[in-house]
Amino acid sequence: MIAHHPRTIAEATSALADGAIPLAGGTDLMVEVNFGHTRPEVVVGLRRVSELAEWDGNRLGSGVTWRRVEESGPRALAQAARTVGSPQIRNAGTIGGNIATASPAGDGLPFLLAVDAEFELVSNEGSRQVAAREFFVDVKKTTRRNEELIAAVNLPETLPERQEFGKIGVRNAMVIATVCCVVTRDSNHSTRVALGSVAPTPIRAMRAETMISSIAMPTDADLAEFARLVSEDVRPITDHRSTEEYRRHAAGVLARRLLERCLR
Amino acid sequence: MIVSFFVNGEKTTARITEPASLLDVLRDQLGLSGSKSACEQGECGSCSVMLDDVLVCSCLVMASDVEGSTVVTVEGIATRGLHPVQEAMHRAGAVQCGFCTPGFVVTAAALFDANPAPSRDEIKEALAGNICRCTGYGAIVRAFETLAEGNR
Repeated sequence: MIAHHPRTIAEATSALADGAIPLAGGTDLMVEVNFGHTRPEVVVGLRRVSELAEWDGNRLGSGVTWRRVEESGPRALAQAARTVGSPQIRNAGTIGGNIATASPAGDGLPFLLAVDAEFELVSNEGSRQVAAREFFVDVKKTTRRNEELIAAVNLPETLPERQEFGKIGVRNAMVIATVCCVVTRDSNHSTRVALGSVAPTPIRAMRAETMISSIAMPTDADLAEFARLVSEDVRPITDHRSTEEYRRHAAGVLARRLLERCLR
Repeated sequence: MIVSFFVNGEKTTARITEPASLLDVLRDQLGLSGSKSACEQGECGSCSVMLDDVLVCSCLVMASDVEGSTVVTVEGIATRGLHPVQEAMHRAGAVQCGFCTPGFVVTAAALFDANPAPSRDEIKEALAGNICRCTGYGAIVRAFETLAEGNR
């Protein structure tokens, strides 16, 4: 086995170009290794690349840990960070790893989708920005090429005034989401709804967004209709964590609750 | 490949032939069996160690990635006698089968190093990643509440 320990992005992308598997906090990759699902022969450990851990305003290096996001991230992203695994997991796991793994249940992903975050992908050939909505294509499948490193996450200059994250799971801590959701709302009533664990990728509930964005002061009937549209917009499956029916129902209830918090 | 790192203050080398976890290297190569191997997916916390002063699950650390790093295991938590968190667990009888205890010791040591007088909620949140299959949480939390009380 070979392990690279680069200190710069250029060294890291050279290793990736040679076929190395990227390793950030290890909280996803090592589970696959421990259970015999993968056996990487060449690995590039990213935690010594100090540039990846930089956080400058709206630009978060991919190596920023959940612990740091929990402490100083934008409201809904910090709320999401607080629900990632345990303190041990949050100390190791990174936002870049969450994006690269692209689990439908990735806790940080609905926020990134809701605010139109862009991901900075770097390779030996150069760099490109990919919008979150174009990045996730299927369960754990993204438009990242193997030789590309996720260097940073760029958030928009102005973030929504009101933003709330919520997660439903079988218990309060250490849980993978049955449904997770971010709702944001601006003073012009423009509303975004993004959800995880209810489709092959994190998704937006577009019809629900359009409907509620045109209403300045939603009534109870409007909120009920909003919840119904969210339940219709999602595409969940039944698996070992929950059923399609429950996820559909829970998505609507959760999104409505978060919207109500935004309206307070 | 050979990986060089520090474990409990001593310079150590390990021979890595496959993508093993730090936990496996600690237990199988270095004879440090205090860190326990249970879930192997970061859910139970029984393999908790300090890696470069940060609390992590050693089952989720790739051994090759600790090159040049500093690791402290439960064996290295107390420099002389018992660590205050070990003393507190001993006094409170906060051990049932004992399997999870090393993980709780390392996690609690990290908590009290950062915050000598945590509240009950802070204690519970800090311990959220450590599972006691005997469900002996009452005595464990009380042990650390008493320790925190004494530090106020």
